[in-house]
Amino acid sequence: MFMPKPLHAFALAVTLGSGAAVAEGPNLGRPIDPADIAPWDISILPDGTGLPPGGGTPAQGERIFAQKCAMCHGERGKGGVAAAVVGGGPIDRIEAPKTIANFWGYSTTVFDFIRRAMPWQQPRTLTDNEVYALTAFILAENKLIGQNDSMNADTLPKVRMPNRDGFIIRFPDEI
Amino acid sequence: METTPDKQDLERLEAVAGNGLLDRRAFLRSGTAVAGAMMGYTFVRSAAAERLAEEPWSLAPGGISRPYEQRSHFEEKIVRTLSNPNGEPRTSHARTPHHLVNGTITPNGLHFTIVHSGTPDIDPDKHRLVIHGLVKRPLVFTLDSLSRYPMVSRFSFVECGGNSAPMFSKEPIQASVQALHGLASCAEWTGVKLSTLLDETGIDAKAKWIVAEGADSLALSRSFPVKKALDDAMIALYQNGERLMPGNGYPMRLLLPGYEGNMNVKFLRRLKLVEQPAMSYYETRTYSQILPNGKAFRFYFLQEVKSFITHPSPGLALRGPGFYEISGIAYSGNGRISKVTVSADGGKSWGEAALQAPLLPKAFTRFRMPWRWDGGPAVLQSRAWDEAGNVQPTRAQFVAERGETKEVPRVLGFPNQHYNSLTSWAVDAKGEVKHVYA
Repeated sequence: MFMPKPLHAFALAVTLGSGAAVAEGPNLGRPIDPADIAPWDISILPDGTGLPPGGGTPAQGERIFAQKCAMCHGERGKGGVAAAVVGGGPIDRIEAPKTIANFWGYSTTVFDFIRRAMPWQQPRTLTDNEVYALTAFILAENKLIGQNDSMNADTLPKVRMPNRDGFIIRFPDEI
Repeated sequence: METTPDKQDLERLEAVAGNGLLDRRAFLRSGTAVAGAMMGYTFVRSAAAERLAEEPWSLAPGGISRPYEQRSHFEEKIVRTLSNPNGEPRTSHARTPHHLVNGTITPNGLHFTIVHSGTPDIDPDKHRLVIHGLVKRPLVFTLDSLSRYPMVSRFSFVECGGNSAPMFSKEPIQASVQALHGLASCAEWTGVKLSTLLDETGIDAKAKWIVAEGADSLALSRSFPVKKALDDAMIALYQNGERLMPGNGYPMRLLLPGYEGNMNVKFLRRLKLVEQPAMSYYETRTYSQILPNGKAFRFYFLQEVKSFITHPSPGLALRGPGFYEISGIAYSGNGRISKVTVSADGGKSWGEAALQAPLLPKAFTRFRMPWRWDGGPAVLQSRAWDEAGNVQPTRAQFVAERGETKEVPRVLGFPNQHYNSLTSWAVDAKGEVKHVYA
C-alpha cells in the first residue's frame, strides 16, 4: 500500500513539478494514490456519492438477513438482542425510539452503516451486492420501496425517507 | 488536629445569599479561622481527635519505587462505573466519579470512555492516518511522522452528547453525580493542529465538510465542518502528558474542542474532505435529538454552558452543621466560563462563586463557595455563564423548550441528548444529599 522510498521521492517531485505549492512544514505525509485508499474509502454521501457498482433485491436480502443478521436483529428484523430494523411507532415523545422508518433521513445511511459496521462479529465481510440486497430487504420490509425494487447506485439515493424534512440544524453558524 | 476558629471571625463573615452562603472571598479575609473550621464530605463520621502516635509506616523504610506509579491501594475504590462490564455486543460506557476527584483535570484512568464495539488493540506502528477527498495531495501519516510535527497543547473537556440524559426524566432519578453527569471529563491534549496537515494536503475550494473515521470495528464515522478543522481541531496524540489511553482513542484521535464527544473520533484513521456531510448513523440518528414538537435537532455540535455541584452530592454526606465548601465544575463549548452562581435555597437567592484560575476556554472550571450549613433543609444549585453571554437555562426554561420524558427512564438510558440545565441537590437534616427538581 505504501510506496518504497525512491518512488515516494519521485512522486513528490512530480507533484512539485505539476506546479502545486507544498506548504512550509515537515512534509512527512506520504503521497498516496486513490487506488490505494480504496479499501478504506467507504463513506457514502446522501446524494449517492461513493456508492459502488452492483445491486441487490429484497428477495436476495431476505436470504442473507436470515443467515447473517436475524440472530441479533430478530426474525425479519423485528428486534432481538440488537435493535429492530423494521417498524417503529410515531415520534410522539422526546424519548421515542428512533428507527429507520420513523426517523432516518437518508436511505444511503442504511447502506453506509451496514457496509462499515455489520455483521457485528465480522464487519466489512459482506460483498457490495450483499449490502445492496440487505438494504433493499430492510427498506422493503419498512414499506419504503416495493418488494421487487432493486437497489443500486442509481436507485438507492432516490428513495425518499419519510422523516427527510424532520430536522432542524441546531447551530447553522458553526457550518 | 483541629483548630478552634475565632468565633468572632466566623460571625463577621458576610452572607451573600440565603441559607448560609458566604462571600466567596471569605477565605482570603479570615484566613486560617475559616480554613480550620471547614468540614469535609465523607461517607463515615470521623473520630474525634486523639493523642498523636507514631504509626508503623513512619517507623520503617517504605516500599520501592515503581517504573510506572500506581495510586495508593487505599484509593482503589475510586473507579469509573461500567455500563457493560461483560463486554456484551453493545456500547460500553465508563463514567467519571466527579464526587471522588477534585480540581479540573481528570486522571487518565478515570477519564470517561464510550466505545460502541469494544476498544481496539491498535499496533501504533501499523496505524495510518490518511487525508484525502477534495484535497490537492492525498497524504498518509504514521504516528512516527506525526510525532515529528510542531505540536500544540490545550486543555479541553470532552462531553458525550448523552451526558446528563437521566435529567430528561419527568421525575428526578436518585443517582450519584457520576451516574448523572459522568460522561464528561477534562484533560490536557497534545498533538498536531489539523490545519497544519491540511496546509500540506491543500484544500479544494469545494470542500465544506470532513468525514472522520476510526479504526474500530464499526469504522465509526462523523462529519464536521472544514471551518472547525481550520479553527482549533487537533490530531491528539497525548493525554495529560502520556500517549492516549486505549479507550480515549490510542494511538490518535480527533479533538474538536467544545464539540459533542462522539465527533472527537477515536482511533482516527481517515479524514475525507467532501462537499456535503455524510449523514452517518451517529449524526442522523443517535445524536439528533427529538424535540417536543416531533422535529429533531441535527448537527448540534456545541456542548452548551453547564455546571453542576460535585461536593456535596448524593453519596457524600455532610458531617453535621458547620462550615463547608460547596464546589463543582462548569464548562462551555463556547469558550471560557465567566460566572457561576450558587444557591442554597432552591434558587430563591444566589451568590457568586469563586472561580479557580486559570480560566481556560472549552475546559473545566472549578467553582467554590463557602457555606455555613445550619443543619436545616437546603437545596443546592449552581448556574453558569460563558464569555459568549450564554447562561445555563433553569429547568423550567429548559423543559419548556426541550421537553421531558413521559415515563421515568432507566438511569443508564438515553431518553434524549444535550441536557445542560441545572442540577439540584437537597440536603436533609441528617446531612444526606438527594437529587431533586427545584
